[in-house]
Amino acid sequence: MVMEVSQVADQRYEIAHLKLVPKRHVGRMVAAAVVLALLAGLVRAFAMGQIEWNYVAEFLFAPAILQGLYNTLIMTFAAMALGIILGVLIAIMRISGNPVLSSIAVGYVWVFRGAPALLQLLLWFNLALIFPTIGIPGLFEFRTVDVMTPFVAAMLGLGISQGAYTSEVVRSGLLSVDSGQYEAARTIGMTQMKMLRRIVLPQAMRVMVPPIGNEVIGMVKLTSLASVIQYSEILHNAQIIYFANTRVLELLLVASFWYLVVVSVLSIGQHYIERYFGRGAKSIRATI
Amino acid sequence: MSNDILVKAVEVTKNFGSFRALDAASLEVKKGEVCCIIGPSGSGKSTFLRCINLLERMDGGAIWVNGELIGYRRDGDHLHEISDAEISRQRRRIGMVFQRFNLFPHMTALENIIEGPVQVLNEPMAEARDRAMALLDRVGLADKAGHYPSELSGGQQQRVAIARALGMRPDLILFDEPTSALDPELVQEVLDVMKDLASSGMTMIVVTHELGFARNVANTVAFMEAGKMEEVGPASQVLSMPKSTRTAEFIKAVHN
Ligand SMILES: Nc1ncnc2c1ncn2[C@@H]1O[C@H](COP(=O)(O)OP(=O)(O)OP(=O)(O)O)[C@@H](O)[C@H]1O
Ligand SMILES: [Mg+2]
Repeated sequence: MVMEVSQVADQRYEIAHLKLVPKRHVGRMVAAAVVLALLAGLVRAFAMGQIEWNYVAEFLFAPAILQGLYNTLIMTFAAMALGIILGVLIAIMRISGNPVLSSIAVGYVWVFRGAPALLQLLLWFNLALIFPTIGIPGLFEFRTVDVMTPFVAAMLGLGISQGAYTSEVVRSGLLSVDSGQYEAARTIGMTQMKMLRRIVLPQAMRVMVPPIGNEVIGMVKLTSLASVIQYSEILHNAQIIYFANTRVLELLLVASFWYLVVVSVLSIGQHYIERYFGRGAKSIRATI
Repeated sequence: MSNDILVKAVEVTKNFGSFRALDAASLEVKKGEVCCIIGPSGSGKSTFLRCINLLERMDGGAIWVNGELIGYRRDGDHLHEISDAEISRQRRRIGMVFQRFNLFPHMTALENIIEGPVQVLNEPMAEARDRAMALLDRVGLADKAGHYPSELSGGQQQRVAIARALGMRPDLILFDEPTSALDPELVQEVLDVMKDLASSGMTMIVVTHELGFARNVANTVAFMEAGKMEEVGPASQVLSMPKSTRTAEFIKAVHN
């Protein structure tokens, strides 16, 4: 009797010979099948549609397109650099505790976040209408139309409005740094600027990089606004070509292709920048 | 004899709004002495320390460190507030160790110690590095030089923080409850480093609840209550035969 029980128990706890059947994700398989079917339909539509794929291939590396791509990248870099410099400056003014500086910062964000980027671009480009010359009287003076080229107008319009958004990102980064860090930096005799540069900003960067990466990617596409003031970025050049040869969709696809390439490369870059500024920090993923 | 005095605080007063956190608090600490400040929570101990290195601006009274008036420049019978750059210069000679360590998390232990000497004192990197390694060795952490603070225990972080303060070659180090955030078994390693520091002649003002440390290491003990220095005297006298009944009650309460 006793022996029988122990034999039954032995069999029940013996699992070495059992086969493991993995969980079947039926829902996932169905969803994947549906998506694949839809994609196939889409590919077929494009293949059968009135798209001349040889034109797409031909213009993908056309000099005017590559030049436009180059100008898009330059404008993204210039406007974003201006935006980040202004953003850091405005954020520091905002938290400086100096009432004059912090009011200026609040006013800046209010004004430049309050008007569409396209409108600001047009304002800069048409500045000559109200100020025919700019400069400091007696010292130097330029004709506004000479200075306010499409490049300069686009950079100012995009960069200055970007600065208003970026300053809020920078400010949240600065606020994320523990007050003990400010005190430790002061205690070793750092001046305000050195403290920001060496201690506070490097830590704030960890918080700031993901949203700024987002903004850079947004800026790549926002530069297409500059086409309205005749800046030769990629969309503008694609339009010029299709005005001549009427291959509208083909050229738009060419431009989309390049935007996608640039955004992909930037996303990869962002990954490495995040890793750099995350040094010394415990990974969040490991703690979830 | 008076040039033996390193820290002299005279009737320091500090208000937060209508609340008086420091009420005419006076204290003298001689060169090479250890002074422990004890007292109940909220009595103004941290605020007093923070006035000494200008993390907090006092509303009345004056503090001299090494004969130099802190936070002001005296011009005849006028006191001028000094510039931010001057404040930074005065802070260099006053180290501070915090309850929560406040190491720079994006720098290794070694980089934490090098930062001040290189960035603030403009010391050459090679020299700063050698000194930092020697300091890490002194606090028993030579093998942790390349570790980030997040990879160190609380006790190790606090020892790095002490080494960081020493890296600035301070005249004086302020400790604000340096062991209160530590697990009980890590307290002693930090107290040992501080004791070692005291016997090497460093002037220290230590806010602490470790009465044993105060008894063994401190030269003077100050008992604070409600923003006032209720009783200041030789460590053995204040801790064993306090004159003030409030001091006696506090010490009795801590021992229980
Ligand atoms: N920034 C501040 N604003 C307003 N009140 C403050 C501020 N800092 C301190 N206080 C108040 O001043 C009093 C003294 O604070 P302090 O931190 O110096 O006390 P403490 O003796 O160090 O206490 P503990 O032992 O809890 O650290 C407390 O009542 C506190 O609430
Ligand atoms: Mg305190």
